Amino acid sequence: MFDKENAHEILTSQKLTHEQKVMQLAKAAENGVEVLTITDRMQTFFDNGSIHDLFEGGAPYRPRYIMPDYQKFIRQGSDFLKVAPPKDFDELIFALMTIYRHTPSITNFPVYLGNLDQLIEPFIKEVSDEAVVKKLTLFFNYLDRTITDSFSHGNIGPKESRAGYLILEAEKDLQNAVPNFTIKYDPAETSDAFMKKAIETSLTCSNPAICNHAVNQNIYEGEYGISSCYNILPVKGGAYTLTRLTLTRLAEVSDSVEEFMEDLLPETIELIGDYMAQRIRFMVEKSGFFESSFLVKEGLISKDRFVGMFGVTGLAEAVNTLLKDQGLTYGTDEEADALATKILDRIKILVEKLQAPYSPLTGGKYVLHAQVGIDTDLGVTSGVRIPVGDEPEDFIEHLRHSSKYHKYFPAGVGDIFPIATHVDANLDSLLDVVKGAMQVGVHYMSFYAADSDLVRITGYLVKRSEMEKFDQNQAVLQNTTHLGAPSYKVNKLAERKVRMTD
Amino acid sequence: MITNGDKSNAENNEKSLGGSMDTINTAARKVPINRIIPISTVDGPGARTAVFVQGCNLACEFCHNPETQEMVQEKKTPEHLKLKDAGDGKNQGKKGFNIRFLSAKEVFEEIRPNIPFIRGITTSGGECALYPVFLEDLFTLAKSEGLSTLMDTNGTIDLSKFPGLMVVTDGVMLDIKAWDPEVFTRLTGKKPTGALTVNLRYLASKGKLAEIRLVCQDSWVDIEGALEGVANTIPDKYQTTPLKLIAFRRHGVTGKMQNAKTPTAKEMETYRRMAEELGYENILLR
Repeated sequence: MFDKENAHEILTSQKLTHEQKVMQLAKAAENGVEVLTITDRMQTFFDNGSIHDLFEGGAPYRPRYIMPDYQKFIRQGSDFLKVAPPKDFDELIFALMTIYRHTPSITNFPVYLGNLDQLIEPFIKEVSDEAVVKKLTLFFNYLDRTITDSFSHGNIGPKESRAGYLILEAEKDLQNAVPNFTIKYDPAETSDAFMKKAIETSLTCSNPAICNHAVNQNIYEGEYGISSCYNILPVKGGAYTLTRLTLTRLAEVSDSVEEFMEDLLPETIELIGDYMAQRIRFMVEKSGFFESSFLVKEGLISKDRFVGMFGVTGLAEAVNTLLKDQGLTYGTDEEADALATKILDRIKILVEKLQAPYSPLTGGKYVLHAQVGIDTDLGVTSGVRIPVGDEPEDFIEHLRHSSKYHKYFPAGVGDIFPIATHVDANLDSLLDVVKGAMQVGVHYMSFYAADSDLVRITGYLVKRSEMEKFDQNQAVLQNTTHLGAPSYKVNKLAERKVRMTD
Repeated sequence: MITNGDKSNAENNEKSLGGSMDTINTAARKVPINRIIPISTVDGPGARTAVFVQGCNLACEFCHNPETQEMVQEKKTPEHLKLKDAGDGKNQGKKGFNIRFLSAKEVFEEIRPNIPFIRGITTSGGECALYPVFLEDLFTLAKSEGLSTLMDTNGTIDLSKFPGLMVVTDGVMLDIKAWDPEVFTRLTGKKPTGALTVNLRYLASKGKLAEIRLVCQDSWVDIEGALEGVANTIPDKYQTTPLKLIAFRRHGVTGKMQNAKTPTAKEMETYRRMAEELGYENILLR
């Protein structure tokens, strides 16, 4: 049923830009088209918050995350877009700007911008450093001002390159929330000098984040990319959909650990499996996306490389709730962590049993993802993170804890750490810690300087100054400020434990 | 290889400490530890675990952790040095600290979980050279696990007397408190032992002089005298030896210097230029 009242509210809002209104009206229309079957039992879990569809919409007409093979696009150009294969740096940037404009996603903006240093490197041989930085600055500012949503992600690495250094150089002065950047890091492939430059840049502008390349490159056959917040997905494919299990809420409606493990987990996981299957089937069989999109026709994405992401969040509160009579805390007490491990082991087994349609890349299985949370998540800690306030005193202990749980989430998981500002005088110290983290199996981590205006919310960047404007009811450029402001407050993100203070 | 301190050794060691240090057993295998910082970003290159011993043979007015100066005996630990709820050992040395007597093995068991996040360890304090046997034990363990070893010392103890320790020490960060004996005494409360110049030459010749440190505060430290003195002592090596000029800061300082002036950035630049003119090539301002 089309919600007219909601549409009216959107239309008349003074906090929304025109573009934001258009997109929200489209969502309102989509939600009025009822093509998915929601059983009563499913609705119960939607209502009590245990299952969340992440506002994907009632009738999926495009994949949630699309990861075009930009290298192929650069080689062949695009007939549909009337873009010839670029021959110089200017043409390259024009080509990328054009294809980004036509790459949709759940946000309507491109969530994956490619391995930018590898795309750029062949085109800058004849261009001076100064000129490259100038053009990159214009390019990045274009992205920040027109992709009005922080869920857009550029990758660099693992190998160092002139383009990689210049990207960092351009990025560090910009203080842009968009796009996110991640460096694919492998100490065996990435030089210390390049990684130090990346770390230095992240302390200046909260980008790039760090992805454990050695671990993540083996998740899917072929190339992988980091998109949106920190989603690890196949290039030339992407994700159909992401539905998530909110463990916090499920634990609240459980009578006991047994009921949670033996009854509620199996039931909700099966329901989610069915729901996601419906979404995928509608998208593949009915929506016409894969038949009509030029991205498919020109071989830049293939249905065979799409996966369904099974999201999980709120492990911390779930464990704390289930063990509240014993007063045990996730991240502090061994027994609490032991239960967390049991829960994840159970989830892994149950999710593996589900049959994911149209997912040959993963053998017909869904891929687990530690979901970063949405603005309505009050008191739900992202993914499997330790809640703000409960973090271990010792940074190393925290990283080891992360490494225990990261391995359950091949489709993405990550931790965020504010870093003491004096570390810029000894970048080697943070490099050492990052190397250690990679070695013990941390999949993904990101930093921002403790006094930065740009802060990472749950996986995306927002400026504190923009959040202040939003709190004073002013229109702000990026959608993600709307999301970030409440989350920042409610989850007390300003109180995250600052690391490397000694 | 690990020297078992016999009495004559202990006597020799005490002589080199220059003073009535009869409460210290330099051959001690268990020493008082003030605290251990798992990741320090300021005690040498990279991420390092920093081990701070309790006890010092000087009493520098500008010390920013004066609580580490007091010498303690295992059986006679002053009450005020113990936390009321001491027990878990986790609040190591912070505010009303819990001094623990630990062997190198015990200290290393606390360091081990920090591997592979650290590239090395640094010992400081207090004055870590008061416990050379402990240090040798600790550094031997560290090196066997691939960690680099640095020690931070005030230079009053002749390190050439401990060759076994020096073999397992990758570098020494040497504090030049002051150069002129009277300035030194006024600042530290003790007479210079004469070991400083010995240490400079010895460490420089062994390639173990990782850094020279000088706190800059012109009412209390003879900055120019110290820079000249070091240059004259190691005329072939001082140019390339890293020199760290540290601006005095009041943080943690009690006693006579608690209101002393912090040098301005301009003043620090003057000291840098002074060092450059003397021929120092590797200068860092902090």
